[in-house]
Amino acid sequence: MEYVVEMRGIRKEFEGIIANDGITLAVKQGEIHALLGENGAGKSTLMSILFGLYQPDGGSIFVRGQQVHIHNPNVAYELGIGMVHQHFKLVHNFTITENIILGQEPHKLGVVNTVSAAKRIKELSVRYGLNVDPDAKIEDVSVGMQQRVEILKMLYRNAQVLIFDEPTGVLTPQEISELMKIMKNLVTEGKSIILITHKLKEIKAAADRCTVIRRGQYVGTVNVAATSEKEMAEMMVGRQISFKVAKEMREPGDVLLKIENLTVLNNTKVAALKEFSLEVHSGEIVGVAGVDGNGQTELVEAITGLRKSESGSVWLSGIEITHMTIKQRINAGLAHVPEDRQKHGLVLDYSIEDNMVLEIYGREPFSKNSLLNRTAIRQYAEEIMKHFDVRSAQGPVTSARSLSGGNQQKAIIGREMSLNPKVLIAVQPTRGLDVGSIEYIHKRLVAQRDAGYAVLLVSLELDEILNLSDRIAVISNGELIGLVNAAETNDIKVGLMMAGVRREGQV
Amino acid sequence: MTKFKIQINNDAIILLLTILLGLLAGALFMLATGHDPLLGYEFLFRGGLMSLERIGNTLATATPLIFTGLSVAFAFKTGLFNIGAAGQMLFGGFCATAVGLTLQLPKPVLLSVMAFCAMVSGALWAALPGWFKAKFNVHEVVSTIMFNWIAYWLVYYFVPIYFKGAFETESRNIPLEASLRSEWLSQLFNGSYINIGLFLALAAVLISAFLLQRTTLGFELKAVGFNRYAAEYAGINASRSIVFSMMIAGALAGLGGMTLYSGYATNIQIGVLPSQGIDGIAVALLGANSPWGVLAAALFFGTLYSGKGFMNAMTSIPPEIADTIIATIIYFAATNVLIRKVLDKMKNRNRNQGGN
Repeated sequence: MEYVVEMRGIRKEFEGIIANDGITLAVKQGEIHALLGENGAGKSTLMSILFGLYQPDGGSIFVRGQQVHIHNPNVAYELGIGMVHQHFKLVHNFTITENIILGQEPHKLGVVNTVSAAKRIKELSVRYGLNVDPDAKIEDVSVGMQQRVEILKMLYRNAQVLIFDEPTGVLTPQEISELMKIMKNLVTEGKSIILITHKLKEIKAAADRCTVIRRGQYVGTVNVAATSEKEMAEMMVGRQISFKVAKEMREPGDVLLKIENLTVLNNTKVAALKEFSLEVHSGEIVGVAGVDGNGQTELVEAITGLRKSESGSVWLSGIEITHMTIKQRINAGLAHVPEDRQKHGLVLDYSIEDNMVLEIYGREPFSKNSLLNRTAIRQYAEEIMKHFDVRSAQGPVTSARSLSGGNQQKAIIGREMSLNPKVLIAVQPTRGLDVGSIEYIHKRLVAQRDAGYAVLLVSLELDEILNLSDRIAVISNGELIGLVNAAETNDIKVGLMMAGVRREGQV
Repeated sequence: MTKFKIQINNDAIILLLTILLGLLAGALFMLATGHDPLLGYEFLFRGGLMSLERIGNTLATATPLIFTGLSVAFAFKTGLFNIGAAGQMLFGGFCATAVGLTLQLPKPVLLSVMAFCAMVSGALWAALPGWFKAKFNVHEVVSTIMFNWIAYWLVYYFVPIYFKGAFETESRNIPLEASLRSEWLSQLFNGSYINIGLFLALAAVLISAFLLQRTTLGFELKAVGFNRYAAEYAGINASRSIVFSMMIAGALAGLGGMTLYSGYATNIQIGVLPSQGIDGIAVALLGANSPWGVLAAALFFGTLYSGKGFMNAMTSIPPEIADTIIATIIYFAATNVLIRKVLDKMKNRNRNQGGN
């Protein structure tokens, strides 16, 4: 059987790390082939090799049966291989047509002729059901539309094999289901698709076959229809995993975090959080559920001190912290896993070890008389990295930037939990992570609760909230809509409340 | 630790390559204008280094550059672009000169007081833009340039009124007690105008390196420079760090001003913004913002500046060629990302060949 793309025994090494070791990937004509692996498993490396961005150290590539050497992306284009990047590469004040023809503008005597290009783009758009207006400017269209422009760019260049690199990360649920439809259209029209992802649901929904890689090695290729999500997840992480978090009932103890009538303004000076009150006890995880942008960010920032509160108060184990500086709050026993790990969580250009003491470099033994104690810092960082399974190329001196997203997140969670905080605020702690890391982080959060501390979990993933929380606070439009026991509710009930429907029987 | 070393070596190689490329480009200029580059360079470097006296002069020329280079580099570590080193050094130097012309004290005491005043006034001159930045988010490039001109006109106003010298455009010469030059040092270098400002500069390099590498303050300042949001999240007071960093940068430039007006020169002239302020940006750039790199870069620029007169005297090569070389080197320093890339590529290729 001839494959449209076949990669055999691909090997690639970076600075002592084997990113790909004998990986085989065979894509049939007209199929959606998923490439599944944890963050850092080597998916992106493999695709970069196919797209000509890296040269393999070993193995061979065949396109339609012919062995090829893809030295650069131009060769890949000529072979009909196109890539839809995770981060779009578009000029925002250009029209869609201008973006698509960029690099090979059709011209007459030096004058760009966009009319014929626009016509062809329209045709392609209709044929594949993309619904793109060639004359719209990129800055005026939605993220989902921008992605379709990227797809069109490939089709315009006659790509036969399209690589989608984590395409759904930036999309809303509606956009995702539309993308799935588009991908199906594409394969019906004879294109082949390689879908890079770690989201099992999407593979189940769209893919025909799935190749799994783990830590740079080939695990296997399965028929998606005949394989369950759980089986694929286990292939990916290499062990049994459970989607359900094992958690015993616990009696909550004293109130560790008390929020009283808190009102917080957003950046446009409008009250984004209104008279919000909530208590979190020791040995308890309280989940804050809500649609994005309903005051969660303001709530978290007011608790942690990143934003001033307008009125009301915040208490941490009996001490009022409403007007404390961030440092004072940290010293009082507050820890925060921030929503945006790269913006707030890490100094990316610092080493891991420097990041591990970002809040406590001023404490002994990490410094004395304002002099840093490098030995103590390194030991502490090594300790965290060991306990929280942070994998890096060169140990504690690796720059935080070079860590994979999952490892960055584990490092942050490790750092925050190592503060032994009385109250841990975890915001979207597993966003963008693979199932292995998610499972691990969930376990650690539950362990924090079991150790008798309080956890406030803010997440947009309803599953995560339902799974982890003891109680769920539903926030809508900046107000507390309801507070329910997690054991006595379900996603439909919480979903209704998230939409603003108040319920009886609150606790 | 090993990783750290490799980093430094890499930076050093890039510094050398940058200089080499600049010199090559300079040689092309000389060839293009019909001069012998080898001869030109011979006299350029002999002019800077051929005798003890000339070496002394080179070091004296480099001294203020070390200070301004450090000033720019230090602010840059906190993510600030200090274009105001010129004004800070002018104001600091002016205050030091004013003290030197006013107070009558034994030399060591007077010099200490002058140095203190130079640092405090330089720090003040930088702290204000820093505070504007922290408080009102006024861009420091704009405000420090404005402060350059405020210093310029203040000096323009005050010098003729209170400290008028032989000419309307300059101050009186400072007394011997207020000069950084010292008998033994001048004699050691056969009458050069080298002065103890050099030792202050070396101390400043050491202290800056120590501060940045080993102290909690350096940790905070760099964290703010790399990622202000993460620093704030971690409880570091970013506004305070910005003001602090600017103050240290200003103190360095201010002290540099003292070494310029009461070490390198003997009075202060009005109507001149010291060019060392802007050259400090080039020094910092070439030195990759590291204190040791700044030291090396300042010494190199000092050699070129003090040698260009000799080259001009001995050949028909115009001194502008030396300035062109300096400009070219700055250009290469600014594009050292490219050099870094080429280096990385070469390294990879070597390793790959070794592997096969």
